[in-house]
Amino acid sequence: MKPVLVVGGGIAGIQASLDLADRGIRVHLVEKSPSIGGVMAQLDKTFPTMDCSICILAPKMIECFRHPNITIHTQSELVSLEGTVGDFSVKVLQHPRSVDAQKCTGCGLCSERCPVKRPSVFQACLGQRKAIYLAFPQAVPLIATIDRDACLWFTQGICRTCETVCSANAVEYEQKENTIELNVSSIILATGFEQYNPKDIGEYGYGHYRNVLTALEFERLVCASGPTGGVLTRPSDGKVAHNIAFIQCVGSRTQTTGYPYCSASCCMYATKEAVLIKEHEPSSHVTIHYMDLRIFGKGFQEFVDRAQSNWGVRYVRGRPGEITEDPASKDLTIHYEDTEVGKVEKNTVELVILCTAAVPNSDNNKLGGILGVKLDEYGFFSTKDPISSPVETSRQGIYVCGSCHGPRDIPESVAEASATAAKAAEDEARLEVKG
Amino acid sequence: MTSTPRIGVFVCRCGINIGAYVDVPKVVEYAKTLANVVNAEENMYTCSSDGLNKIKEAIKKNDLNRVVVASCTPRTHEPLFQETCEEAGVNKYLFEMANIRDQCSWVHMREPEKATKKAKDLVRMAVAKAALLAPGDEPEIDVNPSSLVIGGGVSGMQAALSLADQGFNVTLVEKAPELGGMLRTLDTLFPSNIKASKVLEPLLQEIKANPRIRVITNSKVKTVNGFIGNFDIGVEGDGKQERFNVGTIIVAVGADLLKPDGLYLYGQDARVRTQAQFEELVKMSKMDAKRIVMIQCVGARNEDRPYCSRICCNEALKNVLNAASPGREIFILYRDLQTYGVHYSRLEQDAKRKGVKFLKYQPDKPPQVTAEEDGLRIEFYSPTFNEKVELNADLLVLSTPLVPVMDAKELSQLLKVSLNSNGFFMEAHIKLRPIDFATDGIYICGTAHSPKDIGESVTQALAAASRAAIPMARRKVRAAAIISEVDQKKCSGCGTCIEVCPYNAIRKNDKGLAEVVAAVCKGCGICGATCPEKAITMHHFTDEEIEAQGLAALKET
Repeated sequence: MKPVLVVGGGIAGIQASLDLADRGIRVHLVEKSPSIGGVMAQLDKTFPTMDCSICILAPKMIECFRHPNITIHTQSELVSLEGTVGDFSVKVLQHPRSVDAQKCTGCGLCSERCPVKRPSVFQACLGQRKAIYLAFPQAVPLIATIDRDACLWFTQGICRTCETVCSANAVEYEQKENTIELNVSSIILATGFEQYNPKDIGEYGYGHYRNVLTALEFERLVCASGPTGGVLTRPSDGKVAHNIAFIQCVGSRTQTTGYPYCSASCCMYATKEAVLIKEHEPSSHVTIHYMDLRIFGKGFQEFVDRAQSNWGVRYVRGRPGEITEDPASKDLTIHYEDTEVGKVEKNTVELVILCTAAVPNSDNNKLGGILGVKLDEYGFFSTKDPISSPVETSRQGIYVCGSCHGPRDIPESVAEASATAAKAAEDEARLEVKG
Repeated sequence: MTSTPRIGVFVCRCGINIGAYVDVPKVVEYAKTLANVVNAEENMYTCSSDGLNKIKEAIKKNDLNRVVVASCTPRTHEPLFQETCEEAGVNKYLFEMANIRDQCSWVHMREPEKATKKAKDLVRMAVAKAALLAPGDEPEIDVNPSSLVIGGGVSGMQAALSLADQGFNVTLVEKAPELGGMLRTLDTLFPSNIKASKVLEPLLQEIKANPRIRVITNSKVKTVNGFIGNFDIGVEGDGKQERFNVGTIIVAVGADLLKPDGLYLYGQDARVRTQAQFEELVKMSKMDAKRIVMIQCVGARNEDRPYCSRICCNEALKNVLNAASPGREIFILYRDLQTYGVHYSRLEQDAKRKGVKFLKYQPDKPPQVTAEEDGLRIEFYSPTFNEKVELNADLLVLSTPLVPVMDAKELSQLLKVSLNSNGFFMEAHIKLRPIDFATDGIYICGTAHSPKDIGESVTQALAAASRAAIPMARRKVRAAAIISEVDQKKCSGCGTCIEVCPYNAIRKNDKGLAEVVAAVCKGCGICGATCPEKAITMHHFTDEEIEAQGLAALKET
């Protein structure tokens, strides 16, 4: 049996890999960042059960790492594809880590001593990491990596502190990029999504008002392993925020700035984040400014009902027109029409969370070109037919799961991942019959 | 029981993670003083290949028969250390871990002395337990590589086809005279608005042509016995009975549409129809109404049925788009429009372009419908206009939710799987195991799980085919060693354990006494804690082991 290639190591790619590997099919899992885990690793809790996200994800990440049938290629990307289903030739470019993966134990001493600080992408840039760093404490593989654009040795030819302190002798400045060639029977795309950058929506002041955050930034702020240890200190003055508002559909469901589609999970994650605020401090005031409550999934309406009745989360219908900032206090006033009563109102709060659209990855075009698969008008991967072939792309033998073909939540991504594993296994079975 | 315990203790520095806060050499010296400990040493990184080799060497050199590692979390590292023990000839269940990082050094960074004392406590507890550990084995169970799919709608058909295409034999049982389920009642399918027959016909033909799929229609599953790999199934119908054996089961029994009897004059006035009836009218070109009003969430998102049925808004939009024509006015009275994702957002925009009017109503002020001779009058409070709105209509269409099938409960009892509070089948974990049941070897897909559209049902069906294929492709599953065991001499046959077991892993034997099915037991320990006769031993967490650990915790260093 030939191996299967899985592109993207978020929850969808992880699940697809595990399903295949567990049944005895070898998998190459290609991930562009230094660790698998994806966006789910950044989340604090998950709705509607309020499970700790990394706690339920980490065992699956470890399982991937330890699985004899899975080879993980991090900091790697697909650069070419030839062939057809059953016999694809793929080239994968591996960027140098500058650390020997076999020797590094992930102890973190190098990061501690490294003098260079950079914003941590894992902490949604609310916190910092070093030039040599572990992506996050539960990273898989738990191996340090050097950011060559930040490292003093690579930029100025000085320092080499990490090399000196590493007792495992794992630092390898001279590592080169490396291209490997794989022969695979089918390919599963699970490259995920990006967050819409709300700075284009001037009326909400993101980027200007320091106390306007995105929901992903808030996930790190509220998380015990985040930069503030889970204390809801607002960026402008470090004051703990007790009056917080969420704005839904930022960059989604709009014909003007952003995307016309609904991002599918924001109503629920906003509800979850609202409940988290209340769990931290029950006397907090939390308002969710929404357009339609999208509560279409299993247990969703019940979760919103609990948020309202048990926790007192306030839902206000109507898309806010503008946010203004008090220059002295840096408090924010949301101007909106409450369309449930047809009145123009104001809501002054200490922190505003923007629930931004889930948008296609910026490199989908490039990847789509390499793979020869079609994208939709927004840049998500297209399926052959959303009804009868919901996980098949326009090219035979290439399948798609998770939010790289449109916004969806975790369980849908997981189910789709298993579905792509079934399709890849069907391909393998056909190959065996053919011999 | 293995011979006299000879315990080796390995204390990890984890670089600075433990070493900077806990005095590791002191912990090592302390460990050497504990009963049954014949060897104690420290490592910079116990998990590095160097550290693992040191464990193996120490086992050989000191003839160790128990190993304790004091380091990080067993969640990530226990399997690695267990494997190392096995490689050196020590059974993996004779290994014990003390978490002196997450539970000690990380939380006591500012109090190194106390951290060191606590690390000693944790090591002492682990050693006390280790002395009593018994070896365990994980017997392999054969898996019959064939599957039963219950329900012949789009989900069941798709699951059966995928399994067959993966090389497994499938028996597809449908209670109706023919396959197809709800697809047969639909005209077109959203979001791409293709004919339902375009999806149904190829599926039927492929199933017919596939030699690996056996279809039994007009029949119901009546008995299910056994466990993963080996289920005995009894099917009855058409005056016939048959029995067969499968390795896995997929539940794809679908859902029904709620009939809105007694709501908004449904059943009393012929001008009030359901969405399904409306679709039928459009399909037969018998729809001549000029003014149509639709009400969403009829019988849903209320006290009886708190859930949103997911598909009704989009079902209404599809029908509206098919029915829209110049001179025809259509109003949709809704609460929250569920046009989620990329595809359905397009549907909403299409409907708005075609002039369909969307009016919000509030559940505490629902529409009032009265029948007049010249039409229906629908009155409701519009929050958008902040006033009462009155609409006249030739036709009122009610969107009702999907509800669990009538025999869902019966089937859930037969399979010993759970339903949620709304009566839909309940998966093992809503987030990460959406397709598995808590019981191994049984899987769920389609609207039996919760309302969803055809594409989502097909996706779940394929997913179920993947999940079910895992044990079947391996031909074997490994039973756990950490399971409970009933002492037949102590058991009174009261059945308490059978009631509390969440995995249905305990049954009564022919003597009327409880017996654990090793293949099904997950080792949660609830039975052991509940048994009034103390007849149940939870292996690897026996009363003696836990007691020894607890008593050790109370000792002073």
